[in-house]
Amino acid sequence: MATTSPTYIAETLRRRTSRGFLSRLAGGDEISYLITLICAVSILLIVGLIVFELWLNSRLTFATFGFGFLKTSAWDPNANKFGALPFIFGTCVTSFLGMLIAVPLGVASAIFLAEMAPPKLSNILTFLIELLAAIPSVIYGLIGIFILVPILKDYVVPPIQHTLGFLPIFAGNFYGLSFFSAGIVLSVMVVPFIISVSREVLMAVPVEQREAALALGATKWETTWDIVLPNASTGIFGSVFLALARALGETMAVTMVVGNAPKISASLFSPGYSIAAVIANEFAEANGQLYISSLIFMALVLFGLTIIINAVARIFIMTTQGKGA
Amino acid sequence: MMEISATRRFVNTFMLSLSGVCTVAVVSVLFFILGYLLFHGAASLNWDFFTKLPKPSGETGGGMANAIVGSGKVLLLATLIGVPIGFLAGVFLAEYSGKTFAFLIRYVVDLLNGVPSIVIGIVAYALVVRPMKHYSTLAGGVALGIMMIPIAVRTTEEFLRAVPNSIREGAMALGATKAKTVFTVVIPAAISGLVSGMMLNLARVAGETAPLLFTALGNQFWSAGWLAPIATLPVMIYNYAISPEEDLHQQAWAAGFVLLALVLIINVTARLIIARGASAQRR
Amino acid sequence: MASPQQQQSVKDSVTETSGNPPAPKPGAALKLTARDVNFFYGAFQALYDISLDIPANKVTAFIGPSGCGKSTFLRTMNRMNETIRNTRVEGELKLDNEDLFSMDVTDVRRRVGMVFQKSNPFPKTIFDNVAYGLRVNGIKKSSIVSAAVEQSLKRAALWNEVKDKLQKPASALSGGQQQRLCIARALAVEPEVLLLDEPCSALDPIATLKIEELLFQIKDITTIVIVTHNMQQAARLADFTGFFFMGKLIEMDVTKKIFQNPGKKETEDYVTGRFG
Repeated sequence: MATTSPTYIAETLRRRTSRGFLSRLAGGDEISYLITLICAVSILLIVGLIVFELWLNSRLTFATFGFGFLKTSAWDPNANKFGALPFIFGTCVTSFLGMLIAVPLGVASAIFLAEMAPPKLSNILTFLIELLAAIPSVIYGLIGIFILVPILKDYVVPPIQHTLGFLPIFAGNFYGLSFFSAGIVLSVMVVPFIISVSREVLMAVPVEQREAALALGATKWETTWDIVLPNASTGIFGSVFLALARALGETMAVTMVVGNAPKISASLFSPGYSIAAVIANEFAEANGQLYISSLIFMALVLFGLTIIINAVARIFIMTTQGKGA
Repeated sequence: MMEISATRRFVNTFMLSLSGVCTVAVVSVLFFILGYLLFHGAASLNWDFFTKLPKPSGETGGGMANAIVGSGKVLLLATLIGVPIGFLAGVFLAEYSGKTFAFLIRYVVDLLNGVPSIVIGIVAYALVVRPMKHYSTLAGGVALGIMMIPIAVRTTEEFLRAVPNSIREGAMALGATKAKTVFTVVIPAAISGLVSGMMLNLARVAGETAPLLFTALGNQFWSAGWLAPIATLPVMIYNYAISPEEDLHQQAWAAGFVLLALVLIINVTARLIIARGASAQRR
Repeated sequence: MASPQQQQSVKDSVTETSGNPPAPKPGAALKLTARDVNFFYGAFQALYDISLDIPANKVTAFIGPSGCGKSTFLRTMNRMNETIRNTRVEGELKLDNEDLFSMDVTDVRRRVGMVFQKSNPFPKTIFDNVAYGLRVNGIKKSSIVSAAVEQSLKRAALWNEVKDKLQKPASALSGGQQQRLCIARALAVEPEVLLLDEPCSALDPIATLKIEELLFQIKDITTIVIVTHNMQQAARLADFTGFFFMGKLIEMDVTKKIFQNPGKKETEDYVTGRFG
């Protein structure tokens, strides 16, 4: 039976009783507090730095054009004429189209996953849908250029133009790269966010609410539409804003299918541009201070927009969590 | 006794089926994408792809060896820059911070998470490329590193908080300082979640293209050291896809397949580890 | 949260606390002494003027109904309450005549060990659990650590059950075994006092018996203070018993006297089962 002299351990430990400064330091409390604090504060500094750099580099454009920059549509780098309107327009149109498709699709799927599907199936399908969110933007772009655009050109747009071609939004020649294509790609990219958040919000609606409606003789759909959805509406709005913020900032997939033409057009089928796309395309080759500054000014606008929309989303989602608690 | 009207019954069945159709449509997109990439990409995959450098414009053949290594280098740098800061900040939030300060940090971290990646690229350009007067691996690493911070913070805080307080008390009752408790007991207890979170973080950033377009830029050849422009997989895919040459399109598919396979494998593995950890805790 | 008036009326309604520690038995040295200890959770006072002596190498039990403060007082003895925000302690606590509050807190906790109500083994191997206290306090030499681990597990009456699976995770053990593991873990750093907070409340009678037997054995190497809501356990184990009620120490004396011939009415009501 192995024993250790009991006093050895007690004595060794007791000898450490006198805690000098170095010994306390070795305990690590002060150091680890300091280091983790520094890391946390450095994040604040990084974000501050981001805002500062964007603002600093936008000043030239702002000084030259003022707020008119955002309302002008001329974009001629060679003549040093810059206006952000075509890009703001394109960002808005493509995002709006994307949301138009993604929201009904996403909410409907969330309803199915939250209300209809048995839990195991729901979890598996949600897992797969969340994988969609993990696919890199450039892969969506690849599929967009080589698969989606030809399909649209051959099978989708002709029937639309045949029947509704008189409408301004469907007018003009469709060469493939367009607002329309970008909108569709965006819708696929943001729908997983809507589904993921909406599903959770729907599942959080207390089961008593559903039971009350069903006990009165409502059908499952009526219960969902009249009772569950309104209960979850704040959270669903939150998910929509989250998705919108993503759509606004989406770069690669959009620039690969939108056509990269700084035009404003009433037709969805015409080529266009977006803020993120023009930066991606032209920044590396931009020469001249004003050129670069204009691109960065638009980046600042994009930055501000996404922050505001994300904040709104968060308010919506936090309100839902408060209600459910 | 009122019987439920046929219209109501019809609407019920129709709308619920419609919702199912929508779900199937969304899920099938995933399989379409996987399918197309498998079909177009795997076919173009050959040994050259992994070992050869790109050929000059006009010539066919060549590969993306430099882009594969390049992505590895940039991601390594990004991890070294972003993960320690994010991890330690997460430790601060979970173990040391007071309530108001924690709220502020979390808000700012979420804000950073929502910044479009191209904007981060611009900032990295302003901070690294402009002073150095050339593009570099370093700039790309900085851009992606900044992007890794928010998820590192959130994951760390979440998994550390999930460790029960009784474990912390047990360690402190033995005479461990708070720091020793955190680093020798709490963090090891949360390790599987922390690692999987890091894997998800890496997978997300591995596919990013936009911030690299004007930081790491690109390179037809090998890039030595950390201060030269460097080729990366996503940027190569983009450049080849928009080029007019059919041969390059094929290579873009192949590269896309490799990138997607990598990203999805890391993702699925990490999520399974987390799911297994969660169900083990519930036992 | 009791209002100041309510707190005052508590102070008045209960008959004056003993305040007087039990007369030290001949040859029994005092390990830990408390004088006028008051404790506050924020504005709420949980302990009122606790004064008592813990004799060395004996078993002292604290009994009393739920919420009477016995666990709170236990936790002041190794300063674990300091890990909770917004708490305040007043009064004097001495370990071997040294002021507890001016000592380094990690030193206090090494010398005054604690076993919790619900066993809390670390998600590590059995061996690493018991070795943790030694390693974190700077003893890393593997021969010493292994010997200490074996000795602690033997003292905790667990060695024979785990000697072949020291590298297995602690979570694989049963509830009773995990609690004995926690006792072994606490014993490994050779504490001068071992505090146990209702250690058997989550265990079945057989597991409880095993723990009570080992507590009896380790009296020689340490001083034991045990909080229990089980009066029979106190009667079985303890040399001295203190009865707590509503934050005050009503009476503390040799166990036999507390149970057979209590001096205060509240004590008598409690031990005869009229409340609690």
